[in-house]
Amino acid sequence: MNLNVDIHNLHLKNPVMTASGTYGYGKQYSDFYDPSLLGGIVLKGTTGQPREGNAYPRMAETPSGMLNAVGLQNIGVEAFCKEMYPTIEHLDTNIIVNVSGSSIGEYCDVAAQIDALPNVPAIELNISCPNVKKGGMGFGTNPEMAAEVVAAVRKVYGKTLIVKLTPNVTSIVEIAKAAEGAGADALSLINTVLGMAVDVKRRKPVLSTVTGGLSGPCVKPIAVRCVWQVAKAVGVPVIGLGGIATADDALEFLMAGARAVQVGTANFVNPMAPVDIVAGLARYCEENNIADINEIIGII
Amino acid sequence: MKKQTTNFVIEANEVCGERCHKLVLRHPGRLPEVMAGQFVEVLVPDCSGVMLRRPISIHDCDYERNLLVLLVQRVGKGTERVTDMKVGETLNLVYPLGNGFLHTFDQLPMRPLLVGGGIGAAPLLLVARRLLMSGSRPVILIGARTEGLIPARGSFESLGVDVRYSTEDGTLGERGLVTANSAMGNDYDAILTCGPTPMMKAVAHVAMERGIACEVSLENMMACGLGACLCCVTETTEGHKCVCQEGPVFTPQTLKWL
Repeated sequence: MNLNVDIHNLHLKNPVMTASGTYGYGKQYSDFYDPSLLGGIVLKGTTGQPREGNAYPRMAETPSGMLNAVGLQNIGVEAFCKEMYPTIEHLDTNIIVNVSGSSIGEYCDVAAQIDALPNVPAIELNISCPNVKKGGMGFGTNPEMAAEVVAAVRKVYGKTLIVKLTPNVTSIVEIAKAAEGAGADALSLINTVLGMAVDVKRRKPVLSTVTGGLSGPCVKPIAVRCVWQVAKAVGVPVIGLGGIATADDALEFLMAGARAVQVGTANFVNPMAPVDIVAGLARYCEENNIADINEIIGII
Repeated sequence: MKKQTTNFVIEANEVCGERCHKLVLRHPGRLPEVMAGQFVEVLVPDCSGVMLRRPISIHDCDYERNLLVLLVQRVGKGTERVTDMKVGETLNLVYPLGNGFLHTFDQLPMRPLLVGGGIGAAPLLLVARRLLMSGSRPVILIGARTEGLIPARGSFESLGVDVRYSTEDGTLGERGLVTANSAMGNDYDAILTCGPTPMMKAVAHVAMERGIACEVSLENMMACGLGACLCCVTETTEGHKCVCQEGPVFTPQTLKWL
């Protein structure tokens, strides 16, 4: 049975990747399994300069999910290329760097530096981070700005360009079409849902930033809906994420139109989640006489 | 030691203080070596809406019988569910996590003071065992608001070392805070502490004033426990560090909370 899927020029051995911000630089889970077992790994959001991120507390557990406001803490693109990349470039999987920024110039600068790394066949352009003051989600909530940043990065980046979308918009389809029109090779969705939690004992917000990004099983139905809407409206492949913790969750996204999926918050609960999902997909195909996983993609 | 995820079987579940349970867990195979001060992430099974694991210090271990012991205080839905579990049920752990106590010292201290606050005393038992193995003579000082909140007294008292108590209401040991305990006045070559942040700050302050080497173990809210999510950071002189991966044990000099 075949689990291979293609996303533009990327060949994935199975449709399961990890989601940015939940997988570090690919090393935190290597005690548990070899990341090469996965279709791809999407690394931490990387910016032009190192970032310290937001103040603690940056996390709040909420029913069947969590809020985070990490704020793109990362070592910066230069340290990534020089120090981190050499330690992971051997991995036999699609290494995808999530590229973030607060200006079009920064996105382009980071993308161009990542373009030079031979074993990074794709970037995921993060125009959907809700936890930074400048840029981030600002680019992903307006179709003109989304098109502008995607077009600019397209000019300097020659490999597979994935654009990650936010659900915090009136019409995600409109943003998706704008990104596609500006040269995106694939779309990944959804980033976290803007949320908030209050500590009633202290009578204060739990997060230092007041609002944060909601993730986990509680956002899954929103994500499946977004994937279904976008997959119907665009021609480029869609990568689905948002609350995927089991193979059945992943199947929902595939049936709704996702060509591949990313596992995020579930990594925090079950470090084996991505490989368990790969095994579960294989089992589902076997039990249902599906010769090729592509047969079920977008059947709804 | 490589991190792993394992289903342990609950061998015993005893009340060992006010709202505190001692869970004795059996590894199905050979218990890997853990360092004193490391912690586990406990999966809370079938508990409506509770998603994240709960980080809990390792209180004790027995390599011959492959047992790991945790002290769990009932502070919310997750810990209530876990402490309500029965002998024979399975508990999934991700472990061993973090850097333990003593990792910042070149040489093991010979006359250390271990200061615990309430449930924060939990990891100090294994620290004391480790020190005793090397011929060091630790003094243990545990403080709490009241006697009932001092956990697992029996385990500490069976070590055969000097164990002192401070309670704010005077129900056990000396009345007052740990920093006012007469044991604080003795000569030590290290102070290791785990408990509420205000207590650790006060203890670290004493240690720094007297020029005594000190380690503190932090307990920030965590998600992954593996250094991936970057949620549990504390501010240090070198920027944000993950309490789960780069801690939980730090020297107070590197922290910005003093």
